[in-house]
Amino acid sequence: MNALAEALRLIITLDADLFEILWLSIRVSLVALVIAAAISLPLGTWLAITRFPGRKFCILLLNALMGMPPVVVGLLVYLLLSRSGPLGWMGLLYTPTAMIIAQVVLITPIIAALSNQVIENLHQEYSDTFYSMGITGRRAIVAYLVDARYALTTCILAGFGRAIAEVGAVIIVGGNIDHLTRVMTTAIALETSKGNLTLALALGAVLLALSLLINALVIGVREYAAKRQYA
Amino acid sequence: MNTRRSASMPNSLLPICIRDLRLNKGDRAVLAGVNLRIDEPGITVIMGSNGAGKTLLLRCLHGLTRPDQGHITLGQMGVADSRDHQAMVFQHPVLLRRTVLHNLAFAAPGLAESAPQQLLEALESVHLADRADQPARMLSGGEQQRLALARALLSQPELLLLDEATASLDPASVLVIESLVKAQSARGTKVILVSHDQGQARRLADEVVFVCAGQVAEQSPADQFFTAPVTPGAKAYLAGEILL
Repeated sequence: MNALAEALRLIITLDADLFEILWLSIRVSLVALVIAAAISLPLGTWLAITRFPGRKFCILLLNALMGMPPVVVGLLVYLLLSRSGPLGWMGLLYTPTAMIIAQVVLITPIIAALSNQVIENLHQEYSDTFYSMGITGRRAIVAYLVDARYALTTCILAGFGRAIAEVGAVIIVGGNIDHLTRVMTTAIALETSKGNLTLALALGAVLLALSLLINALVIGVREYAAKRQYA
Repeated sequence: MNTRRSASMPNSLLPICIRDLRLNKGDRAVLAGVNLRIDEPGITVIMGSNGAGKTLLLRCLHGLTRPDQGHITLGQMGVADSRDHQAMVFQHPVLLRRTVLHNLAFAAPGLAESAPQQLLEALESVHLADRADQPARMLSGGEQQRLALARALLSQPELLLLDEATASLDPASVLVIESLVKAQSARGTKVILVSHDQGQARRLADEVVFVCAGQVAEQSPADQFFTAPVTPGAKAYLAGEILL
């Protein structure tokens, strides 16, 4: 009970350590999300509307990568960025940039696979009309992205939820260094192992609140879209 | 709404020649050697019972369905080359998840920038000017179809294809659509319309093509078709008998 009360106090008093960790978590996940969305939305759309040999295999691969264990992603990015790795010369290991890279690798397939399904459904509905109107190529991709904006927002929020709650990959490539690469999830893992439940609980509460907020946003976006027949 | 085309302009997609068009679905020949030549401008109504091949014939003309065999020429062009000169309105209109006005702007981005007033005029022509800012998919079925027609006409097509575009619509919407189709035809656009509605065919058609079992059974001027149909299939169809 004491730990819970103390955790609440940390949140209410805007504890500097707590909010430093919180801010870094959000910053890393948001940057990763923007990069992942910029890659995955056009990729998912392109895979949905084009036909080429091996397309089904690409979609299968994308779906399989959705379930890739975060520690494996962490390991792969670690090997890439470690001193002896191909990108070791950049000196990115144990920096927020490394954590962003790991999260991008982790959530790009998720957003791409989900958006692919959304656009695939839309394509079935629109393809005859777009053909008739002569809408092809980049113009078609942009049109699909615009028209699926609300459904895609929920895909993006799902990606953000995955990124912000992720621990395995960021702890490997970030190293959980205090004031540098410590984010909510890695801090919770560390503080719990140290027996410092106060900070762990406070961070857990914030993480839970963020998760609730994301889900509320998803529901809100869906309802707004359905009300205006934009779903 | 459409000022570029006029009746005096020659229609480069005429004559429309369809030769030995065949298409199988599984073991069934849904188009079983269609031969058809359309020389005259005006409105051609394709009639026939369900499954006769009317819609598929229209889709082949528009390039949406590729036949297994046969040739289609429109004037001097093949189907692919003529696509920019054609527009099609489907039985179930597919509108973008945007406002009414944005649906038109998407179809004619150049016009939206250079002459946005023309988009509003297009909406006025289908009695939807007051709905410009509403989500298009919140319109009624008739209003959606009117918007789909306005969108199709923005491209100023030489060939307008309508696939049962007024099926299940309210009389007011049917009236608006028929008026627009007639006006467009008067401007020199060739209109080919698939319809089950004999009343509509009598009101609109200059020529009727009767399709039966994947073939053209009869092609004649509308007056002649409705007063003295030649084939037993057409006689039975006009008499309201059920054709299998």
